[in-house]
Amino acid sequence: MKIGIPRALAYYAYYPFVNTFFEKLGLEVVVSDPTSKEIMDAGVEDAVADACVPIKLFHGHVRNLLGRVDYVFVPRLVSVNREATFCPKFLGLPDMVACSITNLNNMLEVRIDIGKRKRELFLTCLRVGRKFRKGFFTAYNAYLKALMSLKNYTHQFLQGGIPPLGVLTQKKSADIKLGVVGYPYMLYDPYLSLDLIKKLIGMGTYVITPEMVPEKVKQKYAGKLKKTLFWTFSNSVLRTAFHFLETGCVDGIIHVTAFGCGPDFIVDKIMELEARDRNIPYLTIALDEHTGQEGLNTRLEAFVDMLRRKRKVKEAAML
Amino acid sequence: MRKVSFPYVGNATITFQKLMKALGNDVVLPKRPTEETLSLGTKYAPEFACLPFKIVLGTYIEALEAGADTLVSTGGVGPCRAGLYTTLHEKILKSLGYEFEMITLEPPGRHLRDLVASIKKLVNRKLSIADYFRLGRFVWKELQLLDKAEKLSHKIRPLEVKKGETTRTYKKCAELIAKAQNYRDLVEIEREIELLYEKIEKKDVDPIKIGIVGEIYVVIEPAANLEIEEMLGDLGVYAERSMFLASYTFYNAVMDLFRMPGERDVKKLAAPYFKEMCGGHGRESVGNAILFAKRGFDGVIQLSPFTCIPEIVAKSILPKVCAEYDIGFLPVTLDEQTGKEGLRTRVEAFVDLLAAKRKKRKGDVVYGTLPGY
Repeated sequence: MKIGIPRALAYYAYYPFVNTFFEKLGLEVVVSDPTSKEIMDAGVEDAVADACVPIKLFHGHVRNLLGRVDYVFVPRLVSVNREATFCPKFLGLPDMVACSITNLNNMLEVRIDIGKRKRELFLTCLRVGRKFRKGFFTAYNAYLKALMSLKNYTHQFLQGGIPPLGVLTQKKSADIKLGVVGYPYMLYDPYLSLDLIKKLIGMGTYVITPEMVPEKVKQKYAGKLKKTLFWTFSNSVLRTAFHFLETGCVDGIIHVTAFGCGPDFIVDKIMELEARDRNIPYLTIALDEHTGQEGLNTRLEAFVDMLRRKRKVKEAAML
Repeated sequence: MRKVSFPYVGNATITFQKLMKALGNDVVLPKRPTEETLSLGTKYAPEFACLPFKIVLGTYIEALEAGADTLVSTGGVGPCRAGLYTTLHEKILKSLGYEFEMITLEPPGRHLRDLVASIKKLVNRKLSIADYFRLGRFVWKELQLLDKAEKLSHKIRPLEVKKGETTRTYKKCAELIAKAQNYRDLVEIEREIELLYEKIEKKDVDPIKIGIVGEIYVVIEPAANLEIEEMLGDLGVYAERSMFLASYTFYNAVMDLFRMPGERDVKKLAAPYFKEMCGGHGRESVGNAILFAKRGFDGVIQLSPFTCIPEIVAKSILPKVCAEYDIGFLPVTLDEQTGKEGLRTRVEAFVDLLAAKRKKRKGDVVYGTLPGY
């Protein structure tokens, strides 16, 4: 039995878990092809016009899998912790996909609402296992292996690597440290982000993303806002930004967002106001399906040059 | 004394003014949003903020300029971002240098203590329990009356013989309600409203029926939706909207206290297409569209602010739902760039199509051209 996993949205945050789990269940895992122009075009065609690019891409990746697999895995992410849920588009994702893609009749919809109790994740895994007629022990084993795999993935990030992009380590000696914040599905899709992170590393900077900041550190900044945001990824981004701003461990912050992203207009404005208060350079990059390579290059180069100059002036003043 | 202001919500603004005054506050009455309000809001709001955010921000700035020192608005529990608007509004306005206090009224279900604390801040006069009861009854009745006057105007506008008569009557009704001082006045006004509407000369036709669904602010506030209901009425269409302020307040403020989700039947109808609550009014939009279809409406118009997340989800589901129930569907996305004439053209075309479809169903042959030309 073949199970197809679209390479979009929550994939980049949780793929080690999902892939390992289905593999250990004894299914053949087919991940959709890396994002390409065809996939993007297919997505734009199917999805509703004013959805954001990541959602359109998800439609494209589902189309890419059609006809190749027995099931297409479409998660309905409701919660992974107590405090927050996900963007409404994540909550309605299977419904959107079912209505927008006409010949999709083998959707494996899994509702993931594991924030309330610790064992919910296991119970969800068990339920999926039962769907494929796998026994308790097979499912349990797959669950454990999947957890290990996710742990390993998180660990790689903490070591300064970016596994989804194939970056294992970064040069610690880099002169400029950049905080690049944004959702995993924006940052780690090289086609969508126009390879932004690798470009920055190529310019000789050390890039820190939200995944590279330990959860414990982020938790410290949970009380910074009067009201916690409703979305898990947004909380992670905002807390990371607060961490950067409060400790001053980066020279500048780049926020990568999708055009028309709902939650991000709040996140972005808060970060912008806070960064202005603390006098830390801040750049917002909004991406959509029309964003051009060259325009982005120019902006990134200008930003990094500006940071370098600022540093030089500062160092000169110190001497 | 506190100088309180709040977002403008149609004619209910007057009711809130009375409520705030009765609780012992000074009120800076928010103005009806105009072009200037919107451009003020657009100037200081983030680019991707939705239309209601921008309008409300503009309204706040105007109110603060007029001397308000306290802003009152509602909160929410998400995942629709509107629940965070007060937080961001406060941050933006403070960064502009205004000094004020923001009071957020959270839904009682999850934040009862916060709600009580916020309400306490707004009560600046000693009132007995009987006073509260009287006040509550008055406000509730007034909200209901406003909705009633509006519902009647929608029903009668497509049938009127003299164009514009209904609009004038409706304005008169709103004025009458605004003048009411106590419950007895309201009861009298209710009778008068019915009389006034009865006096309008009516044609005997069966108008095209269109249901309006969508995000609550743009559905309720005519200044935000370019008076689409009036536009439809002038085209001879009976337009009914899915949401009214009184019932919405009731379900979300009172029933929430008892953990009873409102509008159960609507949610049940939407369930086969929309399996998860996704905040805002996405699921209600789908459910109400089905409800309209079942009641024999000809079409559904969905109003949504640009980038509104729940409505985007609903928008991808609605075409399929409307096709299954064989009912017309027109999505309208509103932002600060939307022009009234462009909207009118689209709405006219939509109405013409519905009329042609109805004729066809009745068995009349339609020869290429649209009816009425």
